[in-house]
Amino acid sequence: MSFANMIRRRLLFLLLVVFGVSLVTFVISHMIPGNPAEMIAGDKAPRELVEKIYKDMGLDRPVLVQYFKYISNLLQGDLGTSIRTQRPVLNDILIFFPATLELAIVALSISIIFGVPLGVISALRKDKVVDHIGHTVSVTGISTPAFWLGLLLIYFFYGKLGILPASGRIDSSIAPPAHVTGLYLVDSLIAGDWPAFKSTVNHLILPALTLGFIHLGVVMRQIRSAMLEVLREDYIRTARASGLSPTRIVLDHALRNALIPSVTIIGLAFGDLLYGAVLTETIFAWPGMGNYVVLSITALDFPAIMGFTIVASTVYVLVNLMVDLLYAALDPQIRAIG
Amino acid sequence: MNNSVTETDHVDWAGVFYRIRQQPQMIVGMIIVALVLCTMVFAPWIAPYEPTKLDILNRLAPPSGNHWFGTDQIGRDIFSRVIYGSRISVTVGLGVVLLAMRTGAVIGAFSGLAGGKVDTAIMRIMDVMLSFPSFVMAIALASALGPSLTNAMLAIAVLRIPFYVRLARGQALSLRERSYVKAAETFGSSRIRIVWRHIVPNALPPILVQAMLDIGAAILTASALSFIGLGAQEPAAEWGAMVATGRNFLLDQWWFPTFPGLAILTTAIGFNLFGDGLREIFDPRAQGR
Repeated sequence: MSFANMIRRRLLFLLLVVFGVSLVTFVISHMIPGNPAEMIAGDKAPRELVEKIYKDMGLDRPVLVQYFKYISNLLQGDLGTSIRTQRPVLNDILIFFPATLELAIVALSISIIFGVPLGVISALRKDKVVDHIGHTVSVTGISTPAFWLGLLLIYFFYGKLGILPASGRIDSSIAPPAHVTGLYLVDSLIAGDWPAFKSTVNHLILPALTLGFIHLGVVMRQIRSAMLEVLREDYIRTARASGLSPTRIVLDHALRNALIPSVTIIGLAFGDLLYGAVLTETIFAWPGMGNYVVLSITALDFPAIMGFTIVASTVYVLVNLMVDLLYAALDPQIRAIG
Repeated sequence: MNNSVTETDHVDWAGVFYRIRQQPQMIVGMIIVALVLCTMVFAPWIAPYEPTKLDILNRLAPPSGNHWFGTDQIGRDIFSRVIYGSRISVTVGLGVVLLAMRTGAVIGAFSGLAGGKVDTAIMRIMDVMLSFPSFVMAIALASALGPSLTNAMLAIAVLRIPFYVRLARGQALSLRERSYVKAAETFGSSRIRIVWRHIVPNALPPILVQAMLDIGAAILTASALSFIGLGAQEPAAEWGAMVATGRNFLLDQWWFPTFPGLAILTTAIGFNLFGDGLREIFDPRAQGR
């Protein structure tokens, strides 16, 4: 399959996924108990007002008509209006997305910085004590409830030691840096705003550690098994036989080849990070998309939930597409075919 | 996973026991799982108090000889609630996996054996489902169905189905080409007989391994849904819900959210170590490494 063909197929698939998601979320929103018109109007609203809102929202029309209306709006980038915030859902998501992205990037970096070396060492010392310890660490990461780990960290670093903040992105006494990328770390550096940068780092540490630790196991496990596979290859044996230093063999030959298949898994983990951040964001009152969707769900704010799910799935598939492209770019075998 | 069943398709038990001994973590996992199952069965004998017994005068008491894990905001014994909580969590974990596995295996085997357009259509739908951000969809499904443990279980199970469909389909496709299946066909065995005698028993091991690996994840997800209020409801002694209530008392009564969370962690580690070990043993690609 040629490279262009692959991209075309994947883009087509992306459309299919978005269509599937919109169908599911639409059905879900019609299963939700309670009348959304009543929720907008409030508890003590007169009957006529509720009926008017009901009509305005098109809820009296046939379900199929409602769905097509929804899809045509969707194609124009209109995800509806949030019942809770009274703002267009797309606006809300654009406001909250950078916070989630920043948290996910830092968390992924943490899991890679610690996960890759640990995975390499485990593979080199397979079935030795180090490998068993590494395995225990990775299984613990995968088995830890994020919400609980977050609480423990808050207890120690905020409650007992009082050295790190427990919620938010930045101190309330410090003005957020001027908006350029929406990522406070980057924006505060661009503005040369040192206090804002420091405060952002402080606020990021605990949530990023929580998320990063949970994904550490995934990264470690993947690197370990990829390394084991590569280390058995003939070219490694050749390199050993020709007297190259073990360090060079591991870094130049083995790790580089082990990283190629790992890109896919770690890329997938990034997609999960973006949305798996829901619990972490709730614990740390992190103003991201995860927090937004949990608040929307408790308010039965179905346009927000639908919009979020669609945006989330689209980004998820796009990330996977980019990962595939990166994979193709890294792997000479695939490049040769393309 | 297409090559995950060896051509001979019989289990070498001596080899299995040898490899179990090679894996101390798997033994740890087995012990934890066994302990959790015992706790679940013998909860009324192990727990010193009723899980819902109130003792208002003794509310928020720190861990002591009388209350090993302390008491909660209405004086219930946290140790007893954690013990009883194993019943809920393990039931949910097993329930999710059984539901997803049975549904997924049937769809997958059907798809693989049917082939052609039906197969393509089913697999495309599964691909689309796999592209959903699963926890977000679980939240959306569970909230739509209404907050309860059963609904949380259903939501998690539905999203796990595609994994089993893929596995079962792969197995069906690869087993269909096996010499003994071909032989049975040649000798005129009926289709149903071939499926039940040859395909099902040989396709099971990898699917069961996947199921074991999934129990831990299912327990975690269910407790997460309960934590955000979409799963078990008061006064049920569910670990995730207990952490959620305990969260409000974190800074002054650390024991309240800590012990139920520790129970989730330990149980998940047990099932995951056990599942990992099983995979090492039954997946030939993981062998000989």
